[in-house]
Amino acid sequence: MNPANYLYLSAILFSIGAVGVLVRRNAIVMFMCVELMLNACNLAFVSFSRINGNLDGQVIAFFVMVVAAAEVVVGLAIIMTIFRTRRSASVDEANLLKY
Amino acid sequence: MSPFSGALAPAAGEISARTASGSFTQIWLLIALPLLGAAILLLLGRRTNAWGHWVGVLMSAGSFAIAVSLFLAMRQESGGNRAFTQHLLQWISVGTFQVPFDLRIDQLSMVFVLLITGVGTLIHIYSVGYMSHDHDRRRFFGYLNLFVAAMLLLVLADNYLVLYVGWEGVGLASYLLIGFWFYKETAAVAAKKAFVVNRVGDVGLSVAVMLMFVTFGSVTFEGVLGNAPKASQTSLTLIGLALLLAACGKSAQFPLQSWLLDAMEGPTPVSALIHAATMVTAGVYLIARSNAIFNAAPTAQTAVIVIGAITLIMGAIIGCAKDDIKKALAGSTMSQIGYMVLAAGLGPIGYVFAIFHLLTHGFFKATMFLGAGSVMHGMNDQVNMRRFGALRTVMVLTTITFFAGYLAILGIPPFAGFYSKDKIIESAFAHSTLVGLVTLVGAAITAFYMTRLVAMTFLGKARWPDDAHPHESPAMMMIPVSILAVLSTVSGFLLLNNNWIVNWLEPVVGFEEPVLGFNVNILQYGTLAVVLVSAALGYVLYARRPVPEVAPVGSLLTQAARADLYGDAVNEAVFMRPGQYLTRFLVWFDSRVVDGAVNGTAALLGGLSGRARRTQNGFTRSYALTMLGGAALVIAALVLVRL
Repeated sequence: MNPANYLYLSAILFSIGAVGVLVRRNAIVMFMCVELMLNACNLAFVSFSRINGNLDGQVIAFFVMVVAAAEVVVGLAIIMTIFRTRRSASVDEANLLKY
Repeated sequence: MSPFSGALAPAAGEISARTASGSFTQIWLLIALPLLGAAILLLLGRRTNAWGHWVGVLMSAGSFAIAVSLFLAMRQESGGNRAFTQHLLQWISVGTFQVPFDLRIDQLSMVFVLLITGVGTLIHIYSVGYMSHDHDRRRFFGYLNLFVAAMLLLVLADNYLVLYVGWEGVGLASYLLIGFWFYKETAAVAAKKAFVVNRVGDVGLSVAVMLMFVTFGSVTFEGVLGNAPKASQTSLTLIGLALLLAACGKSAQFPLQSWLLDAMEGPTPVSALIHAATMVTAGVYLIARSNAIFNAAPTAQTAVIVIGAITLIMGAIIGCAKDDIKKALAGSTMSQIGYMVLAAGLGPIGYVFAIFHLLTHGFFKATMFLGAGSVMHGMNDQVNMRRFGALRTVMVLTTITFFAGYLAILGIPPFAGFYSKDKIIESAFAHSTLVGLVTLVGAAITAFYMTRLVAMTFLGKARWPDDAHPHESPAMMMIPVSILAVLSTVSGFLLLNNNWIVNWLEPVVGFEEPVLGFNVNILQYGTLAVVLVSAALGYVLYARRPVPEVAPVGSLLTQAARADLYGDAVNEAVFMRPGQYLTRFLVWFDSRVVDGAVNGTAALLGGLSGRARRTQNGFTRSYALTMLGGAALVIAALVLVRL
């Protein structure tokens, strides 16, 4: 199978993730969309690794997974705290930090 | 028949001088004594209140004694060897530019020194009596001594820069003394006005000094006047006009005449000493001293004559309409100094007579001012002549002395003014008939307003206010006035006896015999006739007819003269208002345009930042969109560059 198809899939997944981040208000859903974008990146890295015939992309994919795991820990903690204080996970309502 | 022996001598004055030796090394003491007096009185303050005025008198008298001894010593020398210089210190030393602080005494300085210290001492004594009720008498004498010191420095300077110091010194003393009763608003304003108007003239002097330095590379009398014939006509004319501006300021000549009438707010002895006898004649001294420059610059000379002629007529017209006795005398002073300036503009035929008239005027005008002071002293400081009248009955000595001054200014023989004013009229006719006629008309108006003044004050019926009890002034005041009255009577005859004043001054200012196209006697009798007719007119109008206690409206000319011939109005319209408009415009320009540009830039940036700040709206998703857009742009740019 042509490895370029994986790249197309990766681009589609990334776009779905990006649109999800931009249009959804629920923090949890936005978070999942971010995960989707990260994993689309991972897919692209692995595909490039395959296309180029070396392991660099795969190594970076592991790094991304580690970063994504760490991000989930911090991010979910923040979302939990916000939800507890405001009884809502809407990011549009958590807009006090502004001009 | 020529009564003058100096006709064949060189016309221009000499400026060479010997270094002082023997008794002439005391020149500096002339200035130091009154300066010491001023320092004691002003620095020790109230502690000297009890005896301070006598220190003032003593210092002035000591200076006069030295002046007399120097005068006697100078008479021992021969005519061309009477100038002495004394080197005090090297004042400014910059490369080739050297200004020594030198004093110089010659025949011209000598007569001034005698006038200043002599009349000055008499007026000091008079002031002891006149100011006896003033709790600030000590300060008054401090200022008076300061004035005498500054005036002596002015006439004893050996270069224009030292002269400038004295020039400013007398201006300061004049300001302090006009504003002596500074708690009166009119006095404070008058002092300020005198100071400001004098500054205009002082600019002329400083410009003249700068031009001298540019032209001659020196500011000493010897360096400037000795080289004057070699300089270009343009430079000499410019220097001459700048000196004339200086003289106009100090001597209250048109167009800087406006301060003198207001200066009468000062105590009367000040009016007599500073604003009649000495300081206001400094301009005449400056022109006579700079004779070498004016002789070589005919345009400047013509300007001097024109200024003198205008002021002579203006002052006389103003004197005719004033009801304030001191202001009438001030108008007369302007007019008489106009005579001197005019004579100084005539060149070598006039310098000597300008100084001669200056001396006699110093005597008779001081007599009359002190007489006016005596009248005010007896009338509770009343100055309105419409409330005087018939004072001859109660103030006999004042009346007699005042009449000596009156006859002297009219030029009735054998009083002093006859000799000096006649010589000026003669020189004026020798110059041109037009100038001669101006002086003749001036003499006629002088006779009219002086007759009006004495008629309203001493003759006619009493129009005294109810609370006035006129009485003769104390001897302390009347003795100096009497001495001055005697001088007003005899000084003209004594000074012109054997042509003494001409021979005395000729080595310094030069002399040429005025040549008339007709017999001198015709002119003398003609002048006398004009003066007598004019005086008779004044007598009929103001002594024979009753004088209304409230001034009638009067003709247009009277109203104009009461308003000082609109001198103040012109100054206001030409200088003050446009100046105010200019400052207002500049303030507007500063606050709107300059500040506007600065504040506008700040406001623009502030406004822009305010708008830009709005993009930080707290919506996470909009940040995300921005990031996405930014990332897309970066990638697009990278792709474009690759391609």
